[in-house]
Amino acid sequence: MENKKIDDKLYCVKFCPDENSHLKPDKNACKRCKTKVCTFICPANVYEWVATKDELVVKYENCLECGACRIACEEKILNWKYPKGNKGATFKNS
Amino acid sequence: MTNKTDVIVVGAGPAGISAAITLAKAGKSVILIERGAFAGAKNVFGGAIYTQPTKEIFPDFEYEAPLERKIITHKYFLRNDSQELGVEYFNDIHDNAYTVIRGKFDRYMQKKAEEAGVVFVNETLVEDLIYDGKFVVGVKTELENYYSSIVILADGVNSLLAKQAGLRKEIRKQDVVLSVKEVIKIGEDKINERFNLTSGEGSAYEIFGEPMNGFFGAGFLYTNKDSVSIGVGVSLEDLAELKIRPYELLDKLKNHPRFVNLLKDGELIEYSAHLIPEGGYKRIPKLASNGVMIVGDAAMLVNNIHFEGTNMALISGKLAAETAVEALNKHDFSEKTLSLYKKKLQNSFIIKDLRTYRGVTPTIIKHRREFLDYYLSKVLEFFNIFTTVDSKPRRQKYQAYIKSFFTDRCPCKFFHEMFSLIKMVLGVLCGK
Ligand SMILES: Cc1cc2nc3c(=O)[nH]c(=O)nc-3n(C[C@H](O)[C@H](O)[C@H](O)COP(=O)(O)OP(=O)(O)OC[C@H]3O[C@@H](n4cnc5c(N)ncnc54)[C@H](O)[C@@H]3O)c2cc1C
Ligand code: SF4
Ligand code: SF4
Repeated sequence: MENKKIDDKLYCVKFCPDENSHLKPDKNACKRCKTKVCTFICPANVYEWVATKDELVVKYENCLECGACRIACEEKILNWKYPKGNKGATFKNS
Repeated sequence: MTNKTDVIVVGAGPAGISAAITLAKAGKSVILIERGAFAGAKNVFGGAIYTQPTKEIFPDFEYEAPLERKIITHKYFLRNDSQELGVEYFNDIHDNAYTVIRGKFDRYMQKKAEEAGVVFVNETLVEDLIYDGKFVVGVKTELENYYSSIVILADGVNSLLAKQAGLRKEIRKQDVVLSVKEVIKIGEDKINERFNLTSGEGSAYEIFGEPMNGFFGAGFLYTNKDSVSIGVGVSLEDLAELKIRPYELLDKLKNHPRFVNLLKDGELIEYSAHLIPEGGYKRIPKLASNGVMIVGDAAMLVNNIHFEGTNMALISGKLAAETAVEALNKHDFSEKTLSLYKKKLQNSFIIKDLRTYRGVTPTIIKHRREFLDYYLSKVLEFFNIFTTVDSKPRRQKYQAYIKSFFTDRCPCKFFHEMFSLIKMVLGVLCGK
């Protein structure tokens, strides 16, 4: 079976995104974070470090709500919540 | 107080539903609050549910529930990129386990709970606990507050509420495995053909080594009716340290030469991710406090070596509910009374098994580079020697193989690791 890119994988998940992000890193702390571990550990590629802007971009709409980034965040500055009750990902077949 | 009920259960996974249904059957009023649109909407597992514990809560599930296949073969594989050693255990008589899809099976459990009188509240996130002095007396949601005599936390591995209640410390990277999974539709006939099964019969695979050589992790594959569930789980600590993207590991697993044909022409129908608590016995949190108890994954009740989680969730939920019934009858919701739940857990297989295995995960994690890479490749090397015909004398090859254990690396490492291994096995068998 051919490998789908992560965007294609995420395409088959049913998402109902909120208007506001449920993932709120302290963006100043991210600037001094050395590993940027969230940018590779996340199974949905939610976090991207944009070096030109010196900023962490958070595509929270793709979050699978696993909690890995909350535990792994190097600076322990990630204000992590579940999305509101009727928002976020729905798994029908997992 | 408005909205007052006997018990509020937070989280409609197996632990929460089992607790709620047990309470309702004992005539208590229960509200079960779930953030997903339905039970299972946020849940991900391998996976297999186990017949005996599931029957304890849902006696007729084998006739009523949406089951995928009865597991008749378990296969365990050691792999590197070009070799594989497999062990297969086949038993088509005993009904030990079934593959299910949580999005369907948890809904069945939800329906049974509602039939028993549980009030199910969906699409509602519990944000906080409500206290009266030192007692938990309810929960706060986005829209309204709910009050009860007892709150049971069944909110899964991340259990933000257990942390808020001071029952549990922050989870560490080494205490969880991050798992990513794909469900791939292949078709019922093709699955039967490729996995040597007949309809209704299923397989469970566990894979060690490639592509997780030397990390604490494993791959899994389960056959569903017309799809397979395939995934990898790797310690969050290793993922962080080695800078690996979890879904790239899964892609490698799928592309192993031994899987390519099994999955050929499959269609991806869902991708998901979830944590598994693997802290074991030593990381079990405080299980009860005034007005509150904690069950299932939220209490870290998982036996990772045997892929057992739903059974511990179901039974811990039941034991907490039985404790709640006694507390309600006495009108005493103090920590002392609710600690009866801890005693019940200690007397059950749950804490007994987690205690039995308490040394296993730490030993494997400590020696993961050796056990899950070096020794694993040595096992494969043995079979390579055993099967290779090359006109060299056999004894010479065997002797060189044995010698290699002492020359590949410092011989003291070999003795140290064997000692750890024996200690680990004795720990399981005799509790030493
Ligand atoms: C990849 C993987 C493979 C596995 N394979 C197996 C297997 O083959 N066999 C097996 O027995 N076990 C397996 N397990 C373990 C098993 O899935 C869990 O142990 C089990 O689901 C735990 O049940 P639970 O009810 O405690 O938690 P969960 O099933 O996680 O349920 C928790 C529920 O609480 C809800 N919730 C959380 N927070 C809130 C809140 N604040 N407000 C409202 N609702 C909330 C969630 O939406 C969820 O529905 C596997 C786990 C994973 C991740
Ligand atoms: S790991 Fe934490 S601190 Fe580092 S970039 Fe990510 S969110 Fe920011
Ligand atoms: S919770 Fe999981 S999926 Fe969501 S952003 Fe964090 S790591 Fe990514």
